[in-house]
Amino acid sequence: MPGDVKVVERPRAESSYVRAAAKGMSITMRHLLSPNKKTQQYPDEKWELAPRTRGTHRMAVHEDGRAKCVACGLCPTVCPVNCIKLVPAEDENGERYAAIYEIDEFRCIFCGYCQEVCPVEAIHLGVHYENAEYSRERWVYDLERLVEQEHPVTALWDPQDPASQ
Amino acid sequence: MNPVTGAAFALATVGKVMVFFTLLMLAVMLATIFERKVCGFMQDRSGPNRVGPWGLLQVIADGLKNLLKEETMPAQAVRPFFLLAPVLGILPATILFAVIPFASPLPTQWGLVEMIVADVPIGFLYVLAIGSIGVYGVAMGGWASGSKYSLLGGLRGSAQMVSYEVALALSLVPLILLTGDVRAPEIVSMQQTFTAGPATYATWFVFPLLIGLFFFFVSGLAETNRLPFDMPEAEAELITGYHTEYSAMKFSMFMIGEFAHVITVAALVTVFFLGGWDIPFWQGDNIRVLSDGTVIGEPTWWKTLLTLGAFGVKTSLLVLVFVWIRWTLPRFRYDQLMDLGWKFMLEAVTVYILVIAFVILGIEAVGIPAGGWYAFVLFLVNLALAGALFFAMDRGKLIRGGAKGVKSAGGDAAEGREG
Repeated sequence: MPGDVKVVERPRAESSYVRAAAKGMSITMRHLLSPNKKTQQYPDEKWELAPRTRGTHRMAVHEDGRAKCVACGLCPTVCPVNCIKLVPAEDENGERYAAIYEIDEFRCIFCGYCQEVCPVEAIHLGVHYENAEYSRERWVYDLERLVEQEHPVTALWDPQDPASQ
Repeated sequence: MNPVTGAAFALATVGKVMVFFTLLMLAVMLATIFERKVCGFMQDRSGPNRVGPWGLLQVIADGLKNLLKEETMPAQAVRPFFLLAPVLGILPATILFAVIPFASPLPTQWGLVEMIVADVPIGFLYVLAIGSIGVYGVAMGGWASGSKYSLLGGLRGSAQMVSYEVALALSLVPLILLTGDVRAPEIVSMQQTFTAGPATYATWFVFPLLIGLFFFFVSGLAETNRLPFDMPEAEAELITGYHTEYSAMKFSMFMIGEFAHVITVAALVTVFFLGGWDIPFWQGDNIRVLSDGTVIGEPTWWKTLLTLGAFGVKTSLLVLVFVWIRWTLPRFRYDQLMDLGWKFMLEAVTVYILVIAFVILGIEAVGIPAGGWYAFVLFLVNLALAGALFFAMDRGKLIRGGAKGVKSAGGDAAEGREG
């Protein structure tokens, strides 16, 4: 060490190992005795999700159980990652419906554009996160599966204030 | 009633070996869950609680898992030593238990059975000797794994354990000065009050040998490789050191060995300094078996159970202290550890032995007989020493940079070199 370097000793209260150790021990003992535990018993006790949480999709249905989708083709167009596959068809009454509607949830980035763009409020993101599957194929949700989902749908905007004013 | 002899003695010993080994393994199981629970609580978590009531069956689940997992054998490993190391890790800790008295003697129709597996005349010298063997498990496991991380862990571990053994052994010398005997049951009796027989000190040795307890406990921490002395494991640097390459039951044996070691050291502290199985403030449990077979006091089976409980409570509290320290203090750096061991503990313990020896000489010159007052004088001396020790450690900065020209650990301040 060069001779002109001035070594400044830290004050004892800060640098004493004994005092610091005693302080640490008292802190851990306080936490040991405190009844206020933060653990959440996850599968029994679930996290309360925010209404705007964006999770896996859900398709809204009419009262007779048909999907609300009119196969307009807006959602596959707006989807930034191309995860929606839509093949439109027309029934005997001339109403359009989705013959094939598949969403690859692995590709989906949960941006919510599909829900925003949907003119009939058919496709929605869901407030939902427990999606474990045994195979990748199961992650491609077809129309039947989308209709079956029961979790609450995401509120992308406040219904009282849709334009966020 | 006389102590058992002959065939009854052999049978009683075999019985005691089985009972105490089972109790020790049970205690190890409870200690693992206890440690996880306590560390959970300290971090505001609730610890394992899914398997069984309060998660008590978690240990059994872990044990089963470890039995069923794959045993790996690294290609570079030296097979015989690799297989031997876990055994050497677990062995010393368990056979150390042979010389620990658990409870007051149990009267049976064949005679009095002392609640100690082997009442060897060399007493705690056996403890020190077997304790030293513990280093083989660490060193051999590290070297035989054929991994440089394991090797470093093993090297560090052996250096550390050898260093702290010196302080561990020396910290017990004042105890010999007081008791004049190294047999563990005799050390327990010395801490009890008797109206007949040879004189005793009528108080736990924690009072007349406070500093001795402190040094023994710190060296014990180092011997068990627990934080803040867990150099051989050092998760962050060495990926748990000497048992990195071990899997399944072999790994489990190292862990069982570690916990058994913790319990053993806690039991030793109990026997040497906290009155062993003595129940405080009650003279009914004071039972002494002299070396010629004379029994002082009235042994009954319920006293045996009560004293076993007292021993268990004291040992568990000490295990709690071990766990508490582990989850509070950070690890020492390696040079700090060596500084603490060789430059502070060794000198301090030597000075302590000298002081105690001179005080005992003084007390005997004044003519105070062995007993309460004798212990009280020593207690006062220890309080003064504790004050001085605290002052020195507080000013001396045990933890500091190891660069050249920087003053090193503790002892400096005592010599007045602190600026």
